Amino acid sequence: MRQLNVLQQWLFGHRRDQQWPLILGQRRIFIVPSAAGILFAVVLLVMLVGAINYDLSLGHALIFLLAGLGLVAMVHSFHNLFGLRLTPGRADATFVGDLARFPLQLENPRRQQRRALELSFSAQPVVAVDLPAEGSASITLPCLAQRRGRLDPGRITLVTRYPLGLFRAWSYIHPSWSCLVYPKPLRTPLPPASTATVAEYRRGDGGQEDFAGLRARQHSDPTRHIAWKAVARRTDEQALLVKQFAGGASDELWLDWSLTPADRDSEERLSILAGWIMLADEQQACYGLRLPDQQIAPATGSAHRAACLQTLALYQTEETRDAA
Amino acid sequence: MRPSSPQAIDQAAVPWLLAVALATASPHGEHLPPWLSVLFAAALLWRLWLWWQRQPLPPRWLLALLVLAALAGIAWQYRSLLGRDSGVAMLVMFMALKPLEMKTRRDAMVVVMLGFFLLLTHYFYSQSIPTGLWLLASCTLLTAALIRLHGGSQPPAAIIRQAGLLLLQALPFMLILYLLFPRVSGPLWGLPQDAHAGRSGLSNEMAPGSISNLILSGAIAFRSHFASGIPEKSDLYWRGPVLDAYDGLTWRASTPAAGRARMVPVVEARGTPYSYSSIIEAHGQRWLLALDVATSLPAGAVQAPTLEVLAREPLRARSRFVFTSSVDYHANRNETAAALQQALALPPTINPRARALADQWKSRPPARIADAVLSLFRNEDFHYTLRPPLLGADAVDEFLFGTRRGFCEHYASAFVFLLRAAGVPARVVAGYQGGEVNPVDGYLIVRQSDAHAWAEVWLAGEGWVRYDPTAAVAPSRIEQGIVAALPQDEPLPAIVGLDADWLRQLRYRWEAANNAWNQWVLGYNPQRQRDILSRFGMANPDWQGMSAALAVLSGVALLLVTVWTLPRRRRADPAQRAWQRYCKALARRGVTRAAWEGPLAFARRVAVERPQLAALTSDAARCYAALRYGRGDSEQLLVLQECVHRLPARWRNSP
Repeated sequence: MRQLNVLQQWLFGHRRDQQWPLILGQRRIFIVPSAAGILFAVVLLVMLVGAINYDLSLGHALIFLLAGLGLVAMVHSFHNLFGLRLTPGRADATFVGDLARFPLQLENPRRQQRRALELSFSAQPVVAVDLPAEGSASITLPCLAQRRGRLDPGRITLVTRYPLGLFRAWSYIHPSWSCLVYPKPLRTPLPPASTATVAEYRRGDGGQEDFAGLRARQHSDPTRHIAWKAVARRTDEQALLVKQFAGGASDELWLDWSLTPADRDSEERLSILAGWIMLADEQQACYGLRLPDQQIAPATGSAHRAACLQTLALYQTEETRDAA
Repeated sequence: MRPSSPQAIDQAAVPWLLAVALATASPHGEHLPPWLSVLFAAALLWRLWLWWQRQPLPPRWLLALLVLAALAGIAWQYRSLLGRDSGVAMLVMFMALKPLEMKTRRDAMVVVMLGFFLLLTHYFYSQSIPTGLWLLASCTLLTAALIRLHGGSQPPAAIIRQAGLLLLQALPFMLILYLLFPRVSGPLWGLPQDAHAGRSGLSNEMAPGSISNLILSGAIAFRSHFASGIPEKSDLYWRGPVLDAYDGLTWRASTPAAGRARMVPVVEARGTPYSYSSIIEAHGQRWLLALDVATSLPAGAVQAPTLEVLAREPLRARSRFVFTSSVDYHANRNETAAALQQALALPPTINPRARALADQWKSRPPARIADAVLSLFRNEDFHYTLRPPLLGADAVDEFLFGTRRGFCEHYASAFVFLLRAAGVPARVVAGYQGGEVNPVDGYLIVRQSDAHAWAEVWLAGEGWVRYDPTAAVAPSRIEQGIVAALPQDEPLPAIVGLDADWLRQLRYRWEAANNAWNQWVLGYNPQRQRDILSRFGMANPDWQGMSAALAVLSGVALLLVTVWTLPRRRRADPAQRAWQRYCKALARRGVTRAAWEGPLAFARRVAVERPQLAALTSDAARCYAALRYGRGDSEQLLVLQECVHRLPARWRNSP
């Protein structure tokens, strides 16, 4: 077993690739007959026996032509990968249960097209791509995010059976890739106003905001806040108007670990916090996050949301524990 | 980019696979029972309709039922499931039904493999040039189907072009393997009964009508190539079976008594011997149709006491033989008593009038008796025709004194009967007479329409002497061939009766091409392989040597194909190359340009880190930026290249 591991290590070299773009050379490309290729060989052997037995000269010619075709197919399968250039991109953060998408740029520097390149992480959906001559393609490789934290999708397996399916040529690519995985947001109502830590911030009943006036729409305003009636009345102006709510953007709200139900396990409590963050962000509330060992001051905007979610994602993972 | 599931077959690939089924199976329609052809067409149309309508495939149980029914039909049709023809029928049946359960790529691969198998089975029936061309076309289609299966959607023309390119690259391997793969002479095991069905040629007995039926075929019996000069047409008697036993209706070859088979015929040849090689089509018999009379035999052949040359085994495949023959000879001057007795035997009582006629001649010397019969044929009202009237029990009597219309078999039969009745040893010889020289390649072509029967008479002191009674009736048959001898309104084999000159020329060319095909492609057997390889300088071609040469040449070919298909990179443009050289040189001095760093940004950084290089790098970067992103001209390229050269040489070259 150990020898097998050593052999695998020697053959496939499970190291992370550092140099980009990565150019596939013959050291990285492996090729073996596929199941169909073995079937093809067996069929050819049986045909050869038949041709010898019945003394079919043209049968010999056919079998030899097909044998040559098999050899040529092997060369073409190899060349379908040889010289391919790959550059990995940065993966956007995602939530547990969603697909993490890892962008990858493939470049074909040669004058022939490459076809049916199948890429996948192990046990993940396969993405097939064709590259035109001297062309390139950008793909995103999906990987199911199952746990919060940093997702390491492992190495990519790049397989091709083109042109005839008789050979399976493959290569492993192992970028230093990771994707931040947030906890799956659990939609529960925002914590009630009475529990807000700073008392002077008045909040509407049951979290409902009070209408406070109109202002010109800015780009980040959600469409459902547009005051369509008011816009319809005022035909002279270009800008859209949005409704402003008291207890909205100007309010501060603490999303506190201690406000989540204590009888749930910590992952679920993180999910509830994530759900609050999403909800508060949608309502453009000014919110802060408080965890047992850290807190983030109240703010608004997508960068703040990302920072909060990242804190939840990495909460008490190895990464943050090592840092502490 | 598309998500891929490797299992399910791409629906758009289905027509390709149906085309594969059609191309590989349809030529078999010629010899399949009609119901199977109908089943095949119906199954294919059904599958096409299902594809068109995007309907689900039929359930498994229905297909299983269909397979069982078709198997029963095939077993009933051929009385067996094990023969060659029933095997082909089964393959066609599977090819018809497999597409109906074609859901995955693996199913599609099975269809393509079945297609390869079906291609091979065509050669049971024909290995002609058109079949060979069909091989190439079908192979292209099968390869294209594989490319479509594994390469996704492309325009059909592009797929066909790729398939053609792959096959073109496979051709050198085919040639090398064809030449060097150590050939084994088959068969490896006993062939089924129907393995050699449908061969035509002389049979080992002669009944009325047997030769005139053969004559209607324009098929080629054999081709001969003479090293120097072809003998006179009237000397071209190609000996087949010698028929010396008569039962009143049919002439047969007598079964030789034990010991007689080992007797060696004694041939005293005179005049110049003719050396020639013959390529004889398979006829399923042992005789080799040598020119009368053979003086040296091909390896492995023997000469029967009755002078015909026999192969060791019946001729199952077209084969090539080398002979020497003499047309002027004495044969078996001292014949055994048993042979002479056989040459006098007649069934009792039949043909009384002929016997009475022969009795009148008994007192004459044997040669005069033979002449008397010939002059009877020549002077009386005898006619040469392919459509003689039917004869009854006393066939010779009816022919000689009644109908007087006949073909070579009638004349030979009557002649030998009369001589035997007059006490002169005589026998019938079947074979071919004449032939036609193809001016394109100089081969003498002998067709089934040249089939002939003549007589041999044993004369004391001279041995067996040939008499051709047909020549007495229709001399033109011997001198010019069958077309000249027959009356105008008689049916003729279409190919022989061609009059138009251009058609004849076309036929000559086509037959010469076929002859070359036969010799170089089809006739490439273990013997020929050894001959050719020793001509190429392999001293003693055995299978080890051939395998070694095969491995080396295949390796070379593989290398060539690899180089041929090697990815051709586009050359970087000169500005980019110069800039890369410049950056590389600086990298050796510890200032590495980052991948994201533009030329001008890099120049600014260099100015900080290596002030002594600031001016040079700034020049280079500005020129490169202009060439790359602006409207740079050749002058700026020169400046850039100059900048590279102004770097110290030891930086530019390896450290």
